[in-house]
Order: sequence, then C-alpha cells, then structure tokens
Amino acid sequence: MSNQPAFKAIKVSKYFGEVHALSEVSLSSEQGKIFGLLGPNGAGKTTLVNMLSTLTEPTAGKLEVLGVDVINNPNQVRKLIGLAGQFAAIDEYLTGEENIYMVARLYHLSAKEAKIRTKKLLEELSLADAAKRQVRTYSGGMRRRLDLGASLVGHPKVLFLDEPTTGLDPRTRSELWDIIRDLVNEGTSILLTTQYLEEADELADHIAVIDHGKLIAQGTSRQLKSQLGGDVIKFSLKNKNDIEKVMAVLKPLSSGKIIYEEKDNLVNLPVGSHGSRKLIDVVRKLDGAKIETVSFELHEPTLDDVFLNLTGIKASEVAEVKKSKKGWRK
Amino acid sequence: MANYILNQITDTAAITKRNLLRYVRLPQLIFFSAVQPIIFLTLFNFVFGGALGSSGAAIHGKYINYLLPGIMVQVTMFGGLQTGIGLATDMTSGLITRLKSLPMSRSAVLAGRTFADSFRNIIVMAIMVGYGYILGFKFYKGILDALIMLAIILLFGYSLSWVSAFTGMKSKDPETAQLASFVFIFPLVFASAAFVPVSTMPKWLQHFANNQPITYAVEAARHFAIGTPLNGALWKLILWIIGILLVFVPLSVYTYRKRA
Ligand SMILES: Nc1ncnc2c1ncn2[C@@H]1O[C@H](COP(=O)(O)OP(=O)(O)O)[C@@H](O)[C@H]1O
Ligand SMILES: [Mg+2]
Repeated sequence: MSNQPAFKAIKVSKYFGEVHALSEVSLSSEQGKIFGLLGPNGAGKTTLVNMLSTLTEPTAGKLEVLGVDVINNPNQVRKLIGLAGQFAAIDEYLTGEENIYMVARLYHLSAKEAKIRTKKLLEELSLADAAKRQVRTYSGGMRRRLDLGASLVGHPKVLFLDEPTTGLDPRTRSELWDIIRDLVNEGTSILLTTQYLEEADELADHIAVIDHGKLIAQGTSRQLKSQLGGDVIKFSLKNKNDIEKVMAVLKPLSSGKIIYEEKDNLVNLPVGSHGSRKLIDVVRKLDGAKIETVSFELHEPTLDDVFLNLTGIKASEVAEVKKSKKGWRK
Repeated sequence: MANYILNQITDTAAITKRNLLRYVRLPQLIFFSAVQPIIFLTLFNFVFGGALGSSGAAIHGKYINYLLPGIMVQVTMFGGLQTGIGLATDMTSGLITRLKSLPMSRSAVLAGRTFADSFRNIIVMAIMVGYGYILGFKFYKGILDALIMLAIILLFGYSLSWVSAFTGMKSKDPETAQLASFVFIFPLVFASAAFVPVSTMPKWLQHFANNQPITYAVEAARHFAIGTPLNGALWKLILWIIGILLVFVPLSVYTYRKRA
C-alpha cells in the first residue's frame, strides 16, 4: 500500500443514459499530495468523486484507492477514505456534536472514544462553541467545517473534497484552505474538485482539467501555464528609438517573437518558464547596452488563461453558466 | 461474526437515534401523528356510532370498543407508511451520500428509520388508548392481553414499514412515495373488519375482506382487547408479518444498495 498511488482511475466512463458524464478518464495521484480536479459545472467532477468514494459504479473502467479495487472491495475502500461532498452531508436538525458523534459511532468507535473524537474535531475546526447548537443555525462556513469534520472522523488516508469552498466568502475560503494544507502536512492525500482557478493554483500539486466528461489537460500549475508559451516580461522604453537596439540585444534571451506595441510603448518579451530567473539577465543586458526603461514587470499567465485556452470559457463566465444552469442533484 | 452483529446493532442504533432526535426537534411531526387518530376516533365514533350502536359492532354495548382496535391498526399502518416518505426524503438529502461512503452496515439506514417510526407509533398508540378511555373504551381482558394487543398492532405496523421502505427506495421523490402508499392502503383498510363487520358487506367483497392481513390484525387486536372470537386470526397474522419481512427487508436493502 505504501508506494501505491493515493487513487487511480483507468479509462473510467460513466453514462447516465444518453449523458456521457465521464468518457475514458485516466488519472493517478501520488500519496501525500493535493490533486486538483478543475472543471466548470457539469464537467463530471462529482461523478468521478462519487465513483471513487463507492457511491456509484462506473459504466466502464477501473478505479483504485491505495491499490484497493473500488468496485470489488468497496467496504475496504470505505475504511480508507473520507468524503466531503458537494452538498453538506449533515443533518440540519441535529447539533454539530450529535452529527459528528453519529458518524464516529458509524465508524464503530466505542461510545467513549466517539465522545473524545467528537470533542477533538470540533475544537480543531473551531466549532466547540457551536457544538450544542442545531446545524440549521450555522453559517455556510461553519457547515462546511462541520462537514469536513465528519469526513475526518475515521482518520482517512485519502480525502475527497468536492467543491469544498463553493459559495463561501473569501475569508472563510482561505480559512478552509489553511485547514486543507494542515491535513496534507499531516500526510493525508487529497482529491479536491473546484471551479475556481485560483483555488487549484493555490492548493494543488497536480491539476487535471476536465470538461464535458473528458480530461483535457493535466500537469502542475506551472506546466499548464507553460503550455501557453510561459512567462512574458513587459516594459516600456524611455526613448522609443531604442527599440531596434532592444530587439538585437534581447533576441538571445527570448523564447519567441518579441512584440513591440508602439501605441502603448510596450515591449513584450516571451521568456518561457522560470521568467523570474531570466528577469535579472534581461535587466543586465539592457543596462550593458545603456537602454533606459520604465515600468518593468513579469507577467505570468494565470490558470485563467489556461482555462480559456482549453475550454473556451473564461473563469468569470463559468460562474455565469453555473447561475443559469441549475446544478444536478441526486 | 460476533463483531459483525455488534456493528450492525451499533449502526442501527446510531441511525435510530438520529431519526428520533429529528422527531424531538420537529415536534409538529409527532403532533400531527397524534391529532390524526384523535380526529378519526372522534369522527367514526360519533358518525357511525349511532347507526352501529345497536348492531354486531357494539361490543359491551359500545361501538368505541369495536372501533378502537380497528382505528389503531389503521393509524399504525399509516404510521408505518411514513417510513417510505421519510426515507425518500433522506435519499434527496446530502446526508445519504456520507452514509453510503462509510464502512457501515447498508441495512442500518433503513432499519434505523423503521425503528424510529415504531417508537413514534408507540407514542401515538398511548395517546389513542388514553383518548379511547375518555370516549368509553375499556380493555376487558386484563393488562397482559392489553399489552399483547398493542404488541400485535405495533409489529404489524413495523412489517408494513418495510413495504413502505421498499416503495420509498423505488420512488424518485417523497411525494411519489406518499402517493404510492396511499393508493394501495385505502382499499385494504376499508375493505376489512377495521370499521364495520365484514358480514355487512356484499358476498364478493366478504371473500376479500375475510382473507386479508388487515382483517387478521384487527380481529386479533379485538380479541385481546375486548374478547371477541379469534378465529385463527393471530396465526394467520404472524405468518403474514413473517412473510412481509422475509420479502421486503432484503428487497429494500437491495434497492438501497443499487440506488445511486
Ligand atoms: N444521476 C444522474 N443522472 C443523470 N445525469 C447525471 C446524473 N449525475 C450527473 N449527471 C450528469 O452528468 C454530468 C456531469 O455531472 P457532475 O459530475 O455532477 O458534474 P460537476 O460535478 O463537474 O458539476 C452532467 O451533465 C450531469 O447533468
Ligand atoms: Mg459537482
């Protein structure tokens, strides 16, 4: 189990009648990492999470969690995983404490152990004060934390977080990010789905982009960005007549065509990946050639650019699509 | 094996507790379950009581003696049918996704609901006995037989919980589950010995009414409450209960497992 991938999907497809929710998706994640599954609403993220967490079976393909076959040994898999689904899986009319305690008992902890575990989790997730309150009085952020707490009761080795921060305000979101980072530091492997590019960028070690049930790209955030040609250094010239000299001097450093936007007096110098390291060379060269510049900046392509490039949808538009298309609920 | 059974019990107890807590937090559910039998008892007693007060349905001089066991069976059945509605509601909630991802017993989700609904039935039955006494009802055969009568009705209601669990699992939403139950239950209840003696019905209906489980339940209940003849109703009822459980427990659990 120790050198197995945290989870693995091999040519997994899931059809709901006519709807191809997933088509031949293959993925694999190292242990102790955050694997980000990025895609717009309806891409198939929840479908994959549901299959990995034994809720539904694939139409075709094979799934493993820490080397255990999900379809043949669902019960063994259930002992390894924790799931915090897209919709909070907690009972509104129970208190926070009762919710966690119930899950602890369902993990077959003794009454005493269950009490201790409940108390500890509620404290760790800063819910101790609200422990005795019914969940329907909780804020969105508190619900998410409680739901996460419930998914942690069994000390999962692999944790599935399906859009854990959707609908949260920025402050609550970054609190949740911190909790997620702590979990990984303690050795938990995580599959995190998200529609937010910054979230994947911020948290994930490895990102897979899916759209319409198909895997369309994967790699580290850096690799995905460099698919777009990498970083660009942008600067303006003090003296516009220097442009000829600039072109000549910087040619050896560029990874593509140097573009000068005359109207805005802006030089675009593509430098591939690791742009920040090239920055210093560029400055030295320009200095050596006695070329004076203003407003020097390194522009890294964001995942936004990647997403736009791959799916044809801008991140901001994804949110719009989400609003107009009512999310599927089982 | 011992461990397996212990886990089953723990799981079922945890789910039962959750459902009972919901009843405590949503007391209107219990309230309306209690109001319903009071309305039925009142209406039937005063609407039919006059017409039937001097017929074969007036045991020990009062229709209420005849009526109460019948209504109690009916109300407990309706209580059992809540199981499917509750489960269909659960299936649309997020909680079920968590439960399905846990290494817990698959049947506990269903069993926990059936037990909680039985607890509610106990409360409703207690209210009915109390209100029945106000209307003039009396147990004529002593405390032990009275308890047997209540146990019979409770068990019958419990077995129907599993029929309902099955329809609940098969229904896409709670509304469908509700409709599905009531379509079947109304003819069964009214074409039985619950409210009026079967002998007053046309011959073709008597055949049906005399040989269906609700009549057995009502006749057994009446026997232990007020001493009417048993006519073998108890054994036939027990066979029905066992049969229903043997068919519908595995069927419901199977459907739950398969349902995404
Ligand atoms: N139970 C289901 N029955 C029919 N279609 C479904 C079902 N679950 C998901 N789908 C469809 O599969 C596609 C992928 O859905 P989902 O995995 O929920 O996407 P995401 O989580 O990325 O938003 C969508 O088109 C959705 O409508
Ligand atoms: Mg989803």
